[in-house]
Amino acid sequence: MIDREQVLHVARLARLDLTKAEVERMASELSGVLDHIERIAELDLDDVEPTSHVVTIENVLRADDSRPSLARERALAGAPDATDSGFRVPSPAAAAAADGS
Amino acid sequence: MSELLDLSTAQAAQSVRAGDLSPAELLSAYREQAEADELGAFLWLPEEPLGVMGTAADAPLAGVPLAVKDIFCVEGVPTTAASRILEGYRPPYTATAVERLAAAGAPMLGKTNMDEFAMGSSNENSAYEPVRNPWSPDRVPGGSSGGSAAAVAGGLAPWSIGTDTGGSIRQPASLCGLVGLKPTYGAVSRYGMIAFASSLDQCGPITRDVTDAALLLRHLVAGGRDPCDSTSVDFPQEIELPSSEDLGGLRVGVVPELSDAATIDAGVKTVFDATLERIEELGGGVEQISLPHSEHGLSAYYVLAPAEASANLSRYDGVRFGLRSGDGDLLSLYERTRADGFGDEVKRRIMLGTYALSSGYYEAYYGRAQRVRTKIAEDFRAAFERVDLVVTPTSPSVAFRLGERTADPMAMYMSDYCTVPMSLAGLPAISIPAGLSEGLPVGFQITGPAFSENRLLAAAHALEQAIGFDSSPARGKAGAPAR
Repeated sequence: MIDREQVLHVARLARLDLTKAEVERMASELSGVLDHIERIAELDLDDVEPTSHVVTIENVLRADDSRPSLARERALAGAPDATDSGFRVPSPAAAAAADGS
Repeated sequence: MSELLDLSTAQAAQSVRAGDLSPAELLSAYREQAEADELGAFLWLPEEPLGVMGTAADAPLAGVPLAVKDIFCVEGVPTTAASRILEGYRPPYTATAVERLAAAGAPMLGKTNMDEFAMGSSNENSAYEPVRNPWSPDRVPGGSSGGSAAAVAGGLAPWSIGTDTGGSIRQPASLCGLVGLKPTYGAVSRYGMIAFASSLDQCGPITRDVTDAALLLRHLVAGGRDPCDSTSVDFPQEIELPSSEDLGGLRVGVVPELSDAATIDAGVKTVFDATLERIEELGGGVEQISLPHSEHGLSAYYVLAPAEASANLSRYDGVRFGLRSGDGDLLSLYERTRADGFGDEVKRRIMLGTYALSSGYYEAYYGRAQRVRTKIAEDFRAAFERVDLVVTPTSPSVAFRLGERTADPMAMYMSDYCTVPMSLAGLPAISIPAGLSEGLPVGFQITGPAFSENRLLAAAHALEQAIGFDSSPARGKAGAPAR
């Protein structure tokens, strides 16, 4: 089960501004899905190693040679608001204050 | 012209090579079909038909045009993953899969519709429009590669590529009467493929027949490991074009946990059982095996995939590309952009994934799901000590009606019941059309050990020949869907 308060907390973590209606709906829909998912709680998994990746590969590194990267103007071409040299955003200081951190 | 559209891709390529058909003729015939699209299969077509290289007739894929799921970045071409948050985005580079197939002589016909960020099983989560199933336009084509499947089934494209995270190639192929192959994880480069759940996502073909699927797969893996995707690997063999007509000596395992589950519709089960009889007629041996944890596959999948998605989709923040909303401060920019740009299902999965990864819940959800994943992979390993291949229904049901499952996320997620275990174990799996139920296609799924694609394709080919499925009823309906 997941309640309204938890939905709001998770939405904040996920940087999603949900409407009131979305919060209500999300609480009930997520609870439904979690009810199903929670069946894995019944399994005995104590000595089982977790799997994060199924193909055995290790230390995939390329040679440490310099090579051309994406040209700056092409990297900036899709930005909603770009300067000549970077992405422009509002001051993060205001966000930090609003976030209470 | 209708005869031209009835050619399988391998046949069309042969006509091109024999000089009976020019690549330009072939492209313009399909282009005309794609322009008349009333299925909602395409999101973008080039304004001018893309030039066919002068050498296309000599290239291995002979200029046969390819429909590309809109999840693949193509330089300078709108690439949205069917999301508002990427509306107008034109990537500065091209996905390796698209590049390799173009280099082999398959130019891009257009970009196909899909569930937003590949999250969905009906294509109703596209931010642009839902896709209709050419077999019955009031039904869904499946998802998330629904546009790619509908385009091929309706005769709007000769073949296509899609992506599969938990069934997104196989289930739409099943619902549209097509062949869909999800390769072994790592076989095909994910470079330029917009990420949903990186440890599961794979690119693969959706085609009219098994030979076409083999042909596309051959060129998808032929270049070997892609230095731009550190999880890609060299495929250990060349992909062979299948010619097998029988299944002599092959041991085939049936999984009661999946094929006898209550969620499998009776009509699907009937076709499945009839296909098992065919396997025996072709000389194969059918025996019961057990994948005891497979019934928990869906639970593990709906923790792991959303968890990975919540991290992958954090990049859509209104800063570097795509949509930007908000009113002044940076936090509002992030939160409003994501609220306005993502659709309901994407928000749901981001929330689910963020919750599963959040402090206090991480071990109970994400940690346990990773352990279930280990058990599922172990189950398959044990099964493949006894049998060569494992078979199941692909989808628990035939194509359902538009709107039928949109109100209940869990009902929609159940569409993936038989396809997620293979994804979690990273195994190759193919769906082939095995018959009809209620006049709609039923898919049959065949799975093998990692990198056993040649074995899979050979068995699928032999079965395909014996079944003789007729996919033509759905073709040519694109211009005027019966309502």
